Amino acid sequence: MLEKALKGNKAYWIWVFSLLGIIAVGFTFYLKQLDFGLGITGMNRDVTWGFYIAQFTFLVGVAASAVMLVIPYYLHHYKAFGKITIMGEFLAIASVIMCILFIIADLGQPMRLLNVILYPTPNSMLFWDMIVLSGYLVINLVVGWNVLDAERNSVPPANWLKPLIYLSVPWAISIHTVTAYLYCGLPGRGFWLTAVLAPRFLASAFAAGPAFLILLCFIVRKVTNFDPGREQIQTLAKVVVYGSCANMFFFLCEVFVAMYSQIPEHMDHLQYLFFGLHGHGKLVPWMWTAMALIVTGIILLLIPAARQNEKVLAVACVFTFIGIWIDKGMGMVAGGFVPNPLHEVNEYFPTFPEVMIAIAVYATGFLILTFLYKVFVGVKEELNA
Amino acid sequence: MENNRRSFLKFAGISAVGLSSLSLLDVFGTGKAVASTGQSAEGIYKNEDNALTAQRWGMVVDTRKLTEEICSDMEKACHQIHNVPEFEEKRHEIKWIWETEYKHAFPEKQDEFLTERLKELPIPVFCNHCANPPCVQACPTQATFQRKDGIVLMDFHRCIGCRFCMAACPYGSRSFNFRDPRPAIKDENPKFPTRMKGVVEKCNFCAERLAVGQAPACVEASEGALIFGDLANPDSEVRALLKENYAIRRKQNLGSNPSVYYLV
Repeated sequence: MLEKALKGNKAYWIWVFSLLGIIAVGFTFYLKQLDFGLGITGMNRDVTWGFYIAQFTFLVGVAASAVMLVIPYYLHHYKAFGKITIMGEFLAIASVIMCILFIIADLGQPMRLLNVILYPTPNSMLFWDMIVLSGYLVINLVVGWNVLDAERNSVPPANWLKPLIYLSVPWAISIHTVTAYLYCGLPGRGFWLTAVLAPRFLASAFAAGPAFLILLCFIVRKVTNFDPGREQIQTLAKVVVYGSCANMFFFLCEVFVAMYSQIPEHMDHLQYLFFGLHGHGKLVPWMWTAMALIVTGIILLLIPAARQNEKVLAVACVFTFIGIWIDKGMGMVAGGFVPNPLHEVNEYFPTFPEVMIAIAVYATGFLILTFLYKVFVGVKEELNA
Repeated sequence: MENNRRSFLKFAGISAVGLSSLSLLDVFGTGKAVASTGQSAEGIYKNEDNALTAQRWGMVVDTRKLTEEICSDMEKACHQIHNVPEFEEKRHEIKWIWETEYKHAFPEKQDEFLTERLKELPIPVFCNHCANPPCVQACPTQATFQRKDGIVLMDFHRCIGCRFCMAACPYGSRSFNFRDPRPAIKDENPKFPTRMKGVVEKCNFCAERLAVGQAPACVEASEGALIFGDLANPDSEVRALLKENYAIRRKQNLGSNPSVYYLV
């Protein structure tokens, strides 16, 4: 099946080589980072995780959101999703690979990565993150590929896949839960020290992931002969709005607990993100933009007439995706580190090389996604012919 | 053996209390008293015959004896001995021990009506060598680990630089080598390893000095303001001080159980 990724029109190859070009540019910055050290990023003694880990966190969510297709299709026999479930699984594969790349980009000594396996340490959440992420990658590769292969041969998927598909449901939940546990189990970090962090991660993931998938469906419909289907897209839109509302609900729960209790350790971080602290407020405009985008997205998606208009739906999905990306990919990590444990304010903002490396990782993910979707669409076109 | 060690520490403690002009360190520094070698704590340093050992090492910071000058001397001594680099750029800063204000050392104990003395007082902060260290729990490779004698150490060769320990530390005691530290080391001490870029480091309670019978460098430079000893030994000087003085620890409410006490 892989050979389908090797046949494409001119536009396809321009796209592929553009991505390769971006990857090459970003890689030169990564070589610089390898040579100089992580000092070329904006991270510092106080904000020790930045853009890379935030992107990792966000993309774990995108990966987990494949479950929003798997559950309706395999557990509720919602047949319409049969057409696009593999798209969700392939998106998960690309996302998990990006997650792994972002972790590697963030390591001070990446060549020692295997120490995590050589000295397995179950009390560290990072150890479990490695297990759940690699497991999730394998599950989605095996399931997505084999189901597509069966479809191509017009036979039902092999029986041995069923348990694996069912396993993928709790496994998807686990990847984002463990990712939240990286943060919410740390005693001195009031911003993350909340039991609602894992549920909120999942809720925002179930909004941002399907929103992105809707946009992918539009692109696939436009550039190929395969139509993911209007019903499918509309159902996904409902998933997005449920997820986005749940995310805002959990967020408001957090705001209430921190602001009503007025415990400084919990309140100061929100204060920093939304109003600035001791005259420092680099992230304030970003956070309000995120909130405005998410809320506008919810309003557009809640109104049936707006949601059913695919142009408006596309805008709502872009808003939701970018809003959640800012919230998780910019605010969530830096906000937890400011103020620092000594209650000093040292801000963080990514540097140019850091952003370039991140863009290269995204380009790698898009390249993998392009190949996988090319294969997927190729099979669909073959069957329709 | 156990008796020997105890009596040594007792002797050391009494001597230090008795001879207030002499710092506890001088007493340790003679190294004539034989500490037990049989129960040397496992760690990366090989204990010499005169090694100082304890069941749980701890520190008492007597803020009444602190001055800016002493704090600065302690910092210099520590950073020189441990090859801590000095960078212009604050982002890349590395520090094992440093001076801060009361409101930063004890942010949860901030008070509008704090005594004038405490408001102005320089407070040295460093790794607390917690009995229940969150950094050790978080490390995915056991590159940071706790010895039997309570000292929390780093294996610079195993650290992958994920900085999970830095997120886990509630005291901001850890530093990361954002760049190659070697060019920024002014006066290199060949007896202690320099680090490479991409690994985390922090105060090690001078484990390398304890192994050869010397007290921690900051204690030596502290003019009696820092007292180092065995928290598990009721006859030690640190315990004697804690028995008689009200002491506080940083963020006690978190349950990390720091081994550094501050007499205020």
